[in-house]
Amino acid sequence: MSGLIEQQRFMCAIGGMQTVVAIPRAVPILHSGPGCGTMVSGFFERATGYSGGSTAPCTNFSESEVVFGGAEKLQRLIENTYKVLDTDLQVVLTGCTSAIVGDDVGSVVSTFADEGKPIVYVETAGFKSTNYEAHSTIVNAIIDQYVDKFIDAADEKDPKLVNLFASIPYQDPFWKGNLEEYKRLLEGIGLKVNILFGPYSGGVDEWRSIPKAGFNILISPWYGTEIVTHLEAKYNQPFFQFPYIPIGGNETTRFLEDLIIFANDHGAELSMEQAKHFIKTEELAFYEEIDNLATFLLEFRYGLPSFVHILHDAGYVLGISKFLLHEVGIIPKELFITDDTPEEYQELITSLGLKISEKRAIPILFKADAGEAQEIIKKTDHRGRGLIIGSGWDKELAKDKNYDFLSAALPSPYRMILTSGYAGYKGGLRLIEDIYNKALDTYR
Amino acid sequence: MSKVNLERSEVEVRERRLGSITGFEGSAKELIDSARCGSLKDKSRSFSQCLGCSTSNAACTVILIQDAAVISHGPVGCGGCLHEFAFTYRVNGVHRGVDNPTQRRIFSTNMKEEDTIYGGSEKLFKTIYEVERRVKPKAIFIVTTCASGIIGDDVESIAEEAEDEIGIPVVAIFCEGFRSKIWTSGFDAGYHGIARKLIKKATKKQTDLVNIINFWGTDIFADWFGRLGLRANYLTPYATIDQIAHSSEAIATIQICSTLGSYLGAALEQEYDVPEIRVSPPYGIAQTDRWFRELGKIANREKEVEIFLAEERERWLPQIEELRKQLAGKTAYVTAGASHGHSLLALLKELGMNPQGAAIFHHDPIYDNGAVESDSLQNVVNDYGDIPNYNVCNKQEYELVNVLNRIRPDVLLARHGGMTLWGAKFGIPSLLIGDEHFGMGYQGIVQYGERILETIENDEFVKNLEKHAINPYTKWWLDQDPYAFLGGDTNVRTY
Repeated sequence: MSGLIEQQRFMCAIGGMQTVVAIPRAVPILHSGPGCGTMVSGFFERATGYSGGSTAPCTNFSESEVVFGGAEKLQRLIENTYKVLDTDLQVVLTGCTSAIVGDDVGSVVSTFADEGKPIVYVETAGFKSTNYEAHSTIVNAIIDQYVDKFIDAADEKDPKLVNLFASIPYQDPFWKGNLEEYKRLLEGIGLKVNILFGPYSGGVDEWRSIPKAGFNILISPWYGTEIVTHLEAKYNQPFFQFPYIPIGGNETTRFLEDLIIFANDHGAELSMEQAKHFIKTEELAFYEEIDNLATFLLEFRYGLPSFVHILHDAGYVLGISKFLLHEVGIIPKELFITDDTPEEYQELITSLGLKISEKRAIPILFKADAGEAQEIIKKTDHRGRGLIIGSGWDKELAKDKNYDFLSAALPSPYRMILTSGYAGYKGGLRLIEDIYNKALDTYR
Repeated sequence: MSKVNLERSEVEVRERRLGSITGFEGSAKELIDSARCGSLKDKSRSFSQCLGCSTSNAACTVILIQDAAVISHGPVGCGGCLHEFAFTYRVNGVHRGVDNPTQRRIFSTNMKEEDTIYGGSEKLFKTIYEVERRVKPKAIFIVTTCASGIIGDDVESIAEEAEDEIGIPVVAIFCEGFRSKIWTSGFDAGYHGIARKLIKKATKKQTDLVNIINFWGTDIFADWFGRLGLRANYLTPYATIDQIAHSSEAIATIQICSTLGSYLGAALEQEYDVPEIRVSPPYGIAQTDRWFRELGKIANREKEVEIFLAEERERWLPQIEELRKQLAGKTAYVTAGASHGHSLLALLKELGMNPQGAAIFHHDPIYDNGAVESDSLQNVVNDYGDIPNYNVCNKQEYELVNVLNRIRPDVLLARHGGMTLWGAKFGIPSLLIGDEHFGMGYQGIVQYGERILETIENDEFVKNLEKHAINPYTKWWLDQDPYAFLGGDTNVRTY
């Protein structure tokens, strides 16, 4: 999986800087070439946060550092970062230049860490991995180099407290909305949850409570796996995995019911009565909308999308296609996973793909080279009105094919996403609104 | 001495070629004087924030060419921001006669760790051939990155070999980010590749054709040139490879911003005998008159230009007078790339405003044509007087924040993404005009003046934002001298 890529829909490892930006009052410090921060800001757009973007300190590697090393420059940069910026956590991220010339970033950072500064470093050379993978590396580094310092052996685990690892901040454009919905759902069934990122998390204090959680939740087919396996080994925390984004009534209920069983198997002692009541109320509210909508879906005579191509990461491709097929009636056709899924996870995803429908085989293709995915879609010819759910790159394709188009993946220059989300009961309804608003908007 | 050498595969970065700097505090006149007497020195910073990257500026010169494809040779992240050019191409096509803008074809060789050990040549070859198959472009550009540069892939030889194989120009552009603190070095790199490989020697001249080196601003030249019996050949966004090849047939080259076009203008003059207009671009009355007269001289249209200027004066001067009354004494601060920043300062002065300072991303003591009369900052100071607090600062937000907090001008003018935010956070009405043609000529003075008035008037948003603004900067920092971290001299050659 390392051929050329046309129309990139993710970043290299240093794009993981957005994982840091998503932690309230944390600052990424780049030890990299001058352009890395700009590339990251340009890719994600509108993603500066507290101190990313033009605020993020950077050593701006030049020829002299390439020749003589940049450790000294980094030392000075970190010293002055403490003077200039008011932050709770500093995460030093290295770029290709630093990795190739072999700077000993660890010892620079440890001089500050030894003074008790909340500072962490991570190797994020762009050629090492994508930001999907680097997200886990960064989270694990913060756990090992920061969170672990505050562990108190006397502290007991709280079986009702969980750490949630789901959306990758900013790479998932709906991360804020999704995390908010997950938090609402988990609290609804009686759990307490660390969501760790975004305004509804508790910042670094919340991170420090990671070891106290009874277990971890991973909502993802693959990215983030290294976090929960690491925590399992480190703090003896088991994990519950739901391998795609639960969207709408069926899947959100399935997610919560499986989770309740897992939680109670691990001592959470959730009240079944309370949890079931919550699920029932949520389902009622969700299906009230679907009920109202059904007439429109069945009778609207001027044309609505009948099939869909999705180009997104594996969690979305599986989650959205299940949802649209079963709860909305839009048939998934060729689906494309654009997240550069490592080979070891592809089998699991393919087998999950086979279960989207009991009736039909839906082709799921792994194409980090989304240009190739587009070539395939160009050659297809399906009956009915088509819909493409993808990134801004796909707007042109949808126009050529005369399909409807919903921008839901990065890069997303044609769509503004602030805090809306597609996960859970509420996310399903939001997705329906977005699809049909797009379709109805074509009637002038 | 010529700065242009098309024999070489790479063009030297601005620090070395032009003696350009990225750190200075003082007045504009002090800066010019030290450049003229050869005492200009760069300063380095002991705290710095993310700069721009040459690779994206190089890409900017080639992605918007209608019928080409672009390969970023490096890890996938090095192409991260390039989708923004695809958006631009699509959205602005309508302003530039491209009614059906096609998908931009942007590739990454997706360099991985093993490639940094064994080299990325094989991957680059494969990518070039696949791009040729997939796109059938008229030319392929390869932009290099820090990783490909440091591991030493021989991109020039690969490009040449592939070119022989596939029969279309394959142009290597050397623009590794670490080579320069001045990301506009990337423009030069892009134009160097274009001048070397795409522009053909002219066999005839088109006596009404004028090259315009610009970005993707609206087509104002169609109207102006129509009245002068000239035609615009825009380079390089929205041009075709064929059009670029024939740019040597033009009778003159003009630049909308010398920071952008310095190298290509000089290359066209030195290598292809297309004279370059050496006066500053037409922002403000003095420069507009000079610029049009110079154009008239070169294009043999002196009479037409005088008629044109008289018409423009008659039409716009009354409105300019009116705006001057309303804007008199209003204070402003400017942050922008070098030459366009100078143009904005000229506009402010023309409108009777009071620029209290500027944070300009770098300073070129001289451009590639070696002509002192092209120095756009010098021309502003000569025409309108000195500018105080002229800070050369390569997008260091912390310095800008500190300065704005002190100066609190009536309006902030910016021309680079991300820089208006801090004006707004301090409740300062802030204006960014993306269209580089917006302020040109007499009409540009009126257009800009009206927008400035509007911006100052409509301040409810920034006043409210100020109340709720999030500020990560320490109180300590805001109390320091803004240039506290701007320190020792570095090894840049003095000019």
